[in-house]
Amino acid sequence: MDEALKVELGRQGVFATSLQELYNWGRRSSLWPLNFGLACCAIEMIATTMARYDLARFGAEVFRPSPRQADLMIVAGTITKKMAPQVVRLYNQMPEPKYVISMGACAISGGPFKQGYNVLKGIDRYIPVDIYIPGCPPRPEALIEGFMALQRKIDAQQLTGENRPRHLNAAEPSEFIVPKFGAHDLEPTQNPAIWHAPQLVNITLAPDETK
Amino acid sequence: MSTLTLDPIAAKASLLKKDGGQLLEVSMGPQHPSTHGVFRMDVVLDGENVVKLKPIFGYLHRNHEKIAEDETYLGSMPYTDRLDYFCSITNNWAYALAVESLAGIEVPERAQYIRVITAELTRLQNHASLVGFLMQDMGASGTPLMYAFREREKILDLFESLTGARMMCNYMRFGGCRVDLPTGWLDQAKKVVAAFPKFLDEFENLLVSNEILMARTQGVGIIPAELIVNAGITGPLLRASGVNYDLRKVDKYGIYDRFTFRVPLGDHGDVYDRYMIRILEMRESVKILEQAMRDIPEGPFTDPKTKVRNFRPKPGEAYGRIEAPKGELGFYLISDGSPNPYRYRVRPPSLINLTVLEEMCLNRNIADVVIILGSVDIVMGEVDR
Amino acid sequence: MTLEPLKAELEANIPGCQLEIVNNPSPSGQHSLLIDPGHALAIALYLRDAAHLRFDYLSNVTGVDWPSRELSEKIKVKKIVDGPDGPVEKEVDEVVKTQTHAHLEVVYHLYSMALKHGPVILRMRTEDRADRVHLPSFTPIWRSADFQEREIFDLYGILFDGHPDLRRILMWDEFEDFPMRRDYVEPDDYEYEPTAHDDVLKKTIAHYTGETPGGAA
Repeated sequence: MDEALKVELGRQGVFATSLQELYNWGRRSSLWPLNFGLACCAIEMIATTMARYDLARFGAEVFRPSPRQADLMIVAGTITKKMAPQVVRLYNQMPEPKYVISMGACAISGGPFKQGYNVLKGIDRYIPVDIYIPGCPPRPEALIEGFMALQRKIDAQQLTGENRPRHLNAAEPSEFIVPKFGAHDLEPTQNPAIWHAPQLVNITLAPDETK
Repeated sequence: MSTLTLDPIAAKASLLKKDGGQLLEVSMGPQHPSTHGVFRMDVVLDGENVVKLKPIFGYLHRNHEKIAEDETYLGSMPYTDRLDYFCSITNNWAYALAVESLAGIEVPERAQYIRVITAELTRLQNHASLVGFLMQDMGASGTPLMYAFREREKILDLFESLTGARMMCNYMRFGGCRVDLPTGWLDQAKKVVAAFPKFLDEFENLLVSNEILMARTQGVGIIPAELIVNAGITGPLLRASGVNYDLRKVDKYGIYDRFTFRVPLGDHGDVYDRYMIRILEMRESVKILEQAMRDIPEGPFTDPKTKVRNFRPKPGEAYGRIEAPKGELGFYLISDGSPNPYRYRVRPPSLINLTVLEEMCLNRNIADVVIILGSVDIVMGEVDR
Repeated sequence: MTLEPLKAELEANIPGCQLEIVNNPSPSGQHSLLIDPGHALAIALYLRDAAHLRFDYLSNVTGVDWPSRELSEKIKVKKIVDGPDGPVEKEVDEVVKTQTHAHLEVVYHLYSMALKHGPVILRMRTEDRADRVHLPSFTPIWRSADFQEREIFDLYGILFDGHPDLRRILMWDEFEDFPMRRDYVEPDDYEYEPTAHDDVLKKTIAHYTGETPGGAA
């Protein structure tokens, strides 16, 4: 349908839509997050749901304790290597369509704790991430902005064709490898199907001036 | 979930009871709506009664102590914010206190007052959130927590205008504070503090004599005074069992000897007493804040002689401790004369307060485990570090 | 609390115990008492139960790793050197290198809640860092040592004899290393990042080029 015609009809009080728009509108307006906090960012996530920031305005105040009832996983905090298998398992237990927000520096890359021996350098090594929200921790406004970005992303999804989302494409996986505890590290250390180490660009050490 | 590792040897055999019944082994956590973070308990149940409970840690072990050995002394200050992420300023203070004792740094008068003001504000917002979460655990879903977070937001606004961050304040420096109080900050803080007792009255009207609250909390999770001292438990838990030990009175660190305030003590050591102790401590904190904000002098907010760059304490060691909202928070530092600490140890009150969790929960219902854990007041960032 | 009278008192009451005061040169002035593992339990019990001491509260237990380090010390030596007018005796600087003894150490901070004094700091040392790493556990005396000793076992590998439940606490059970030891090598898992730390950059270069860390600079 022609976009201008639709707007014009709307002005006349006639509401016209397509199945795709209706479907996406329904999904983006009732994203139920998993009740799941890992670290500091979880407190800001709780603050976002409280009266002052009121995530309920976006249809997302229904935090579900069970992954079976959740659409959205907000990975809020540092993922340690001991916790990573559980995070992936919870993600696998969520039904499609499912989305992941990687909230805060730690969930993106390990953040300030990146050098730690027990810290996973980003949850995108094991599960696909839709939205990254930087910050340590991100303010509630940042979480809301990330949330709205996810809603815009859902709105733009095509239901058919090559670029259709994962849950409408039977060839795409909906479950991912759960890493196992090894003697020195997790095995495997990343899921090679979804994550590749960044290419080495050009690294040199600055001359040591203290000598 | 993964295989249960409660008791690797003969775990399965012990689940059979003599009368032919069976015990049930439940893994609570690490993802569980009532565990206050990624904490896991392996619980063995006989019907609804807890017969065995083992806490399992490490799901948020982010190697704070190892990273700090590669950081400069000042470089570790932002990491201390992330220990107990409700109370970044008291964490800063404990660390600053340890370094000041290690390097022999004096703190100017005004900085001491600013430290007391910010630390007591931290205590207010920590205790307010804790009672909110405790009510949430009890099933009072939403309202008390929302009231508590309303008050917390006011205090976070003060922190933000002072330090630039809501939660991760990174505010203390060795020998003082990072910045002086901005113009008008004290007036704003006075307003917030003056309004705080109203919140407490409101909260108490709603809850203190609430029948459900009393039925759920009185006589639950008792720790006798002798055991609680031996188990090294500190903070409101210790005082709820009637032991008079508050480091603000015992060590008199900073300038706490200048303020008149009383230490609330419990009688029974149950969940209700711990709840009441926190309410009363908030009232005492308000008194300290009023006195501190009245008496704060003009002057430097930091010791100008302390080096910021190339800060190298002489070889030696120091242990500094303060009364954080959750208990005794200590930092133990060993210096070998280099810019990095040789050993950096955090004495985490949250972890040690969990030592007798099993004793508190034995022969109680599984629903009581949730509120007992809630009354301990743990933050996983500090438990696992 | 001054340690000399306490040391004398302990030596009088616990026959055969070997104590040594470890001086702390920093302004904090928190000196500590090195005790021998053989008499540690007797000393701890005495400290806890003696009526005028009553150290009922074990606050903090810390593990420290002391690998063997090379200490170089400059001393002046008189030597006969060839001068323009034949051999002469002269003072020459000479560097003497000594290896410190490698060991693991546990530090205990004791306070008294009953009498409100403290701290008394105790230290215990293992014989080496490899296989003779046993120390007595204080958990039967102070319950607060429970999780802290488990943590030290987990991260440093000290075995506490008499601990009721000595398992890994922070890392998973299958983990084999002791990550807080200073010679721990973490798994090679570096990705490129702009960083202010030369160490991280060296590890990154080693990761991508296969060169060993340290040789890359």
